[in-house]
Amino acid sequence: MESVTILNNVEDTNIEELETVTIRFAGDSGDGMQLTGTQFSNTTAVVGNDISTLPDYPAEIRAPAGSLPGVSGFQLKFSNHDIRTPGDEPNVLVAMNPAALKVNLADLEHGGILIVNTDAFNENNLKKAGYETNPLEDGVLGGYRVFKLPITTLNRAALRDTVKLPPKEIDRCKNFWALGMMYWLYDRPLEPTQQWIETKFKKPEIQTANLTALKAGFAYAEAAEIFTTHYRVRRAAIAPGKYRNITGNEATALGFVTASVLAKRPLFYASYPITPASEILHELSIHKNFGVKTFQAEDEIAAMCAAIGAAFTGSLGLTGTSGPGLALKSEAIGLAVMTELPVVIVDVQRGGPSTGLPTKTEQADLLQAMFGRNGECPVAIVAPATPAECFQMAVEAFRIATKHMLPVIYLSDGYLANGAEPWRLPAMDELPKFAVELTTNAEGFHPYNRDPETLARAWAVPGTPKLEHRIGGLEKEDTTGNVSYDPENHMHMVLMRAEKVARVAYDIPDLEVFGEPEGRLLVIGWGSTYGAITSAVEEMQHRGKLISSIHLRYLNPFPSNLGEILGRFDRVLVPELNLGQLALLLRARYLVPAVSFAKVKGKPFKIRELTAKMNELYED
Amino acid sequence: MSANANIPTNGGSSPVPPVKLTRKDFVSDQEVRWCPGCGDYSILAQIQKVMPELGIKRENTVFVSGIGCSSRFPYYMNTYGFHSIHGRAPAIATGIKASNPELSVWVITGDGDALSIGGNHLIHTIRRNLDINIILFNNRIYGLTKGQYSPTSEFGKKTKSTPYGVIDYPLNPLSVALAAEATFVARSVDTFTSHLQMTVERAMHHKGVSFVEVYQNCNIFNDHAFEMFTERGVRDDAMIEIEHGKPLVFGKEHNRGVRMRSDMHLEVVELGNGVDESGLIVHNEKAPDSYLAYMLARMESPDYPVPIGVFRDVTKATYEDMLAGQIKTATEKMGPGDLEKLINSGDTWVIE
Ligand code: SF4
Repeated sequence: MESVTILNNVEDTNIEELETVTIRFAGDSGDGMQLTGTQFSNTTAVVGNDISTLPDYPAEIRAPAGSLPGVSGFQLKFSNHDIRTPGDEPNVLVAMNPAALKVNLADLEHGGILIVNTDAFNENNLKKAGYETNPLEDGVLGGYRVFKLPITTLNRAALRDTVKLPPKEIDRCKNFWALGMMYWLYDRPLEPTQQWIETKFKKPEIQTANLTALKAGFAYAEAAEIFTTHYRVRRAAIAPGKYRNITGNEATALGFVTASVLAKRPLFYASYPITPASEILHELSIHKNFGVKTFQAEDEIAAMCAAIGAAFTGSLGLTGTSGPGLALKSEAIGLAVMTELPVVIVDVQRGGPSTGLPTKTEQADLLQAMFGRNGECPVAIVAPATPAECFQMAVEAFRIATKHMLPVIYLSDGYLANGAEPWRLPAMDELPKFAVELTTNAEGFHPYNRDPETLARAWAVPGTPKLEHRIGGLEKEDTTGNVSYDPENHMHMVLMRAEKVARVAYDIPDLEVFGEPEGRLLVIGWGSTYGAITSAVEEMQHRGKLISSIHLRYLNPFPSNLGEILGRFDRVLVPELNLGQLALLLRARYLVPAVSFAKVKGKPFKIRELTAKMNELYED
Repeated sequence: MSANANIPTNGGSSPVPPVKLTRKDFVSDQEVRWCPGCGDYSILAQIQKVMPELGIKRENTVFVSGIGCSSRFPYYMNTYGFHSIHGRAPAIATGIKASNPELSVWVITGDGDALSIGGNHLIHTIRRNLDINIILFNNRIYGLTKGQYSPTSEFGKKTKSTPYGVIDYPLNPLSVALAAEATFVARSVDTFTSHLQMTVERAMHHKGVSFVEVYQNCNIFNDHAFEMFTERGVRDDAMIEIEHGKPLVFGKEHNRGVRMRSDMHLEVVELGNGVDESGLIVHNEKAPDSYLAYMLARMESPDYPVPIGVFRDVTKATYEDMLAGQIKTATEKMGPGDLEKLINSGDTWVIE
């Protein structure tokens, strides 16, 4: 249990101070749990707590009401200190119906707070959730602090005299009632949500209804003496600055717009709708006033090809997808490798193989990104570690692509895409500088003239007089770019393309070790496992263990100092949400006996799972 | 830059471009590698010939192709070129044209490339109405892979992969283009040099997507594929050149015509004996709907004269113009993109 209770009562005799709280809101897809969770998160961020969130929603748009597949959840953790994950187990579960209870109860910490909407526990809903007897009555909830509230009834009573709306509309407000109740319980102000309701709902009746529900929930919790205490989590010591809450997908999109502004090259985003990457398309399609062109292609292949076409004309060619889409794009990615054009391919990984688990997270596309194409076909690969970091890694992807003239795969995942955290907004002068120059000089021009340092070829675009040239997927003669079947040239070009990617290593930051520079155990992660791994390692360090960690944001090429760091530790542990793909690469490349710790359940690591594994290796 | 000064550049050898370019300006330094006698040579020659007439600059021209014999075409044009992957040329061309609408973009494709592996891209690129020109070389065979049947091969045809005859029904490229709402649809023949030049010119001048099918003889794997109607001796009676505003008349003696029966079928009639041109269909390539163009495109040998010419030429807003329009409107409404404002948007708070 992470929350530590400090029993020094301040002002309010009934207020208890906590360091960290993890809450999960769960209900039917139609119950508005994502909205409730988001509102709670935003308010919590505004009052100065550190926060991390994770929605968990079903793949079905509208699974049958009350059914198990229709359960939608939103977990958030907030704290008075720096946190990195949305929490292992919730301390509090709000269950709006029996199905939500059934799906989520196992995760609730022992002795945790359980708030249920008793109105939803009718025979029909119990049956749909697979309960033979009513869990509210049969004693299975004995280990928890249960609060049984008829939320639907209480909400109706509050709204009955205030607004003239059909019962269905009134019932739709009950999530705001529950939110109001939670605001009292965790000592949060109502104002941010009130403001949100006022701008969001244009119809006066609906606006009033939701505002009334919110206040009624708060007032009820305060007055009804059901909750004997309420809780306070003081603001965290967060680095000063201006913040906003941001999801990984939003940060990714903003990063690409920023790359376009910094590079002074138009952004062209071609994509086919796919979960969990579609929000990037939605977000980018708004920012037309930045000259951003978005193209919803007929399929994944067309999206990749259009991005290549755009890159050929001097735009920042971008496409985005998830694992199944990356598979479809592979032939065209090969074309981008052959033609040495700067395109960026976003893969927001999800559970696979095949259609897999579209709304669940996984890291199992690493080897696909690395090798999933015909021929010797290397690309650079980057991977953000947190939702907010998606911003800077998106910029980084285009910096590398344009400077080195090669495709870059950007590996995000469902956890980063939908998870949110406070993002300290960068000032304009904190943004990286990167100049992109097109070739215009016809003097001695050849399409495969190379920069002696990076080996990047010239970026000469149609519309430039005297630089007319042809490129394509057939093997090129170096320099001239003419088609060549010459065996020596082919070998030369294969090595050239590999060397180009290898030289990116000189252009990326060295790894920083978290903890002591040497020791018994080194934990290596990449991508979205950063929060869980770092928190777990930190916990182990507090327990006096000689454990350190490094986190890879660059997966191809690896940072130059990786091999040397590996040599300073007795053992290496690689936790991944796949069956050991990075571990395989590390073993092959550095001949280290890296131990893989695999989890492929569509869920992120829990800190506890990681500390247990570290203990096992450490004591071993 | 490690430029190799010994190798001459393809473009830009003359410091000042001539006022009027000639055919030669569009010929690249690459050796043409089609089989001797292939229909592709003629198509290349006609396109190189009309290019200077079109008044577009070499540097503003991009030829994009997929895979197949025809797809080697861009290498031979002294313009920008992209020899891409199988079937994907329309998608690449879409990225090029949408990114830079100033460019004159040409897609060179074949029956297998466009209608088989690239069928999806073809129909969607056509329906979006980008101002690009798609030239489909239809030789009714796979040449580059040495003689398998294609989506336009005749039913029953014996090929390397169908020793007992083709059992898929062929596609009609013009029907596909019309069904995808192409705004310009035409057909010509590789050896009809002036007709082909005229057709390419018209395709170029059409603002919006242009789809041109060119019957192209593959003398190695499907020789004489079109001879039964293109041969000099039979051509006048076996083909019809459709022209806007003119009745559908054909025949050596201009003595035959095409009219509509009351059951909405086309029929071929002999003129004279009380039948005159007034009963014949008058071609209207500007018709807002594509029914007539579709019916004409369905006329096949030997029951009907095989039509060539422009089937449809109508105007609709282009994708790239509408895209630019949305950017303009958004910029007027929101002001030009301000990165600082964008980053600082949404619900923000300050930690002191
Ligand atoms: S195989 Fe046929 S289409 Fe291909 S180049 Fe030879 S003749 Fe032309």
